[in-house]
Amino acid sequence: MAKDKVYALYNITTPSSPVVFNEDICDGCNTCVEVCQVDVFIPNPEKGKPPIILHPDECWYGGCCVNDCPNKGAISFNWPVQQRAYWKDKATGKVYRA
Amino acid sequence: MTKWHDYLKNKGTPPVWPYPIRYEEEQEIDVDVLIIGGGIAGCWAAISAARNGVSVALVEKGDAIRSGAGGPGCDHWCNVPANPHSKVDPDEWAKLMTEKPGIMGPLLKEPVKYSYANGIGNQIQCREDYDTLLEMEQMGGKIRDTDDEYLGAEGRYDDTKFMFSPRYSPNHATEVVIRIWGTTFKPALKKECKRLGVKIFDRVMVTSLLTEGGLQGAKVVGATGLNSRTGEFMIFKSKTAVLATAGNYSLYMLNTELSGYNTFRSRNMTGDGVAMAWKAGAELTLMERTGILMLGTGYKHTWYGGAGDASYENIEIVDANGKKLPWPVQGWPDGGAMRPGPEEMEKIIKGVQTGEYALPFYGDFPGMPEIERNVTWKLMLGQESTTKNITNTYEKAGFNPDKHLLQNYNLIEGTSPPQWRNAGGGGPIVDWDLMSTLDGLYIAGEQTYSAGDHSYAASTGRYAGRKAAAHARQLGEQKISRDQITLEKARVYAPVKRTDGIDWKELHAGVARAMQMFCAEYKTESLLNMGLQTLQDIQENHVPRLYALDPHKLMRSIEDLSLLTHGQIILNASLARRASSDLLGFHRIDYPEIDPPEWGKFITVKLENDKVKEGSVPLHYWGNMKENYEARNKDYQGVYQGK
Repeated sequence: MAKDKVYALYNITTPSSPVVFNEDICDGCNTCVEVCQVDVFIPNPEKGKPPIILHPDECWYGGCCVNDCPNKGAISFNWPVQQRAYWKDKATGKVYRA
Repeated sequence: MTKWHDYLKNKGTPPVWPYPIRYEEEQEIDVDVLIIGGGIAGCWAAISAARNGVSVALVEKGDAIRSGAGGPGCDHWCNVPANPHSKVDPDEWAKLMTEKPGIMGPLLKEPVKYSYANGIGNQIQCREDYDTLLEMEQMGGKIRDTDDEYLGAEGRYDDTKFMFSPRYSPNHATEVVIRIWGTTFKPALKKECKRLGVKIFDRVMVTSLLTEGGLQGAKVVGATGLNSRTGEFMIFKSKTAVLATAGNYSLYMLNTELSGYNTFRSRNMTGDGVAMAWKAGAELTLMERTGILMLGTGYKHTWYGGAGDASYENIEIVDANGKKLPWPVQGWPDGGAMRPGPEEMEKIIKGVQTGEYALPFYGDFPGMPEIERNVTWKLMLGQESTTKNITNTYEKAGFNPDKHLLQNYNLIEGTSPPQWRNAGGGGPIVDWDLMSTLDGLYIAGEQTYSAGDHSYAASTGRYAGRKAAAHARQLGEQKISRDQITLEKARVYAPVKRTDGIDWKELHAGVARAMQMFCAEYKTESLLNMGLQTLQDIQENHVPRLYALDPHKLMRSIEDLSLLTHGQIILNASLARRASSDLLGFHRIDYPEIDPPEWGKFITVKLENDKVKEGSVPLHYWGNMKENYEARNKDYQGVYQGK
């Protein structure tokens, strides 16, 4: 196992990643930074890279960042564990959870 | 590498603040009409004022392209009795909404004893929201099934391609709620603002109103603002202003982080509007009204968490064994009723306790006719507020409404404790121009007391913008007070001058705790006074320790000060209502009688020389709604015909 430098960090806030970026698709256009009501993101200092999630604890799951993204698949929702929902197959009765 | 700590690990340093820092620097803007808040009401006010030929500035805490409660989307254009398929008279409907307030109000058999509805706002909505909807279409909003996606759906009219919701329309008796493609609205509104030359200031929080001579109770002549990215100080000078800010959904919450508890509104909505109006001396009413916050299990909050919620029309609710429950289908037979009545609910709970009904409950999507399933799943849930991501997430995980039942969280998720409350049912007293008791300050949307929904926000915004423009045209240049600005700058920048103490989250929790303990389920004069003393203690001893490390945290800190003021207003208003009222969710242990006749009135509070002054205004102070509306709108032009 490679020995990465270990930093002394604050506890990571909950939730820590309301969205997940696909770095291969995201071109760093920052549309999500602009449409977010509460400034969850800041632009990445490196141009062309996905924004940095600076205030994940302020996300209200409005969803505009995902809905308005011009690059399909660049950003997707990542619901906190306690919010994940259930459904049931009517024919088999099997219950699923996202 | 999109998480903050990943960046730190990779670069060995945290990211530098990405925007220029401009603390204390001033930018002065001089316009005829200032719009405070760029949500649905604010954007409509800006457009309407600009179309009436005045210069306009629109100030928004987020970005007007998607901000506000209706920014992400909306599926119902409610209470639009002037539409061509309506079976009710707009004036009659406005009267009905006012006599029978609440989400299922018009379906109630009897008028409520004391209605604290807003008759002026309701009349404006019923008279003008169809015109507003047609203007939305002119701007590029989608309001009809022009692509014939839902041919054959019940409530779809082939001539106009309007699609009606069953809400308030049992067996098509009224046809007053139109289904809309609301995700298309907000970007179109911002685009129109830009086209009309409205000066838009995004990411700016308005921190205070400026009054003539800096005096409380005097005419409003502008406002101050803080840019939440740069920290720049904004000075807006204007002849009139429209307050189109929102309610307050986090005042009673210790924790802002666990989504699903209070995400019905974003954290941006912190009661700034009433706080600034209060300090400027406006008379406020119904500030004592608070309600219990709904919990949210499933995705987000309860309304969108599972079948049986606002958008889930025409769905049967069944128990875990597929047995039908005595729960409304929220469709044409029951007029879109969302909840069982008290008797049915008791039957359901008893049934669960005795084993007749098994938990959890489900929404039977597969049991619906295919076309209605498509309407509910694709149109309603695809367009409503923040639900598009929810349906997308379900689908990505394998949910298929043709085959799958959607879980409902009623009973298993419990209810909020009574200390978890929302605060936002009150606001400034308004006249028939939607002007507050302060000259030049107009009120629109959720900021009016007893506000309605999206179409209410749109139509009252449009109306307030028109009136504010007409008043501004009569006025000369306004003078702002430099002393008032100096004081406000000192207040706003104090937290960035400190590097230690308490941060905004701690202060927020401190204010919330005081409200939970002293102004929730148990209210007595001594508890309410303890609440005021606690907030005073926080103001004197803890606010001076508040510190902020960057412009964003500075904005959140100033929001906390709004929360604190909002709490003080609620406590004072609660002391002023010396009676209990079921309709207001307001119960005084020391005055237990429910709705005694002498207290069936609007209780008001305001500041006069910084002292709280109580007052009252009779219910129905607006007089004959039809006549008074018509008398003041003889020059109303209807749907916009300009370029």
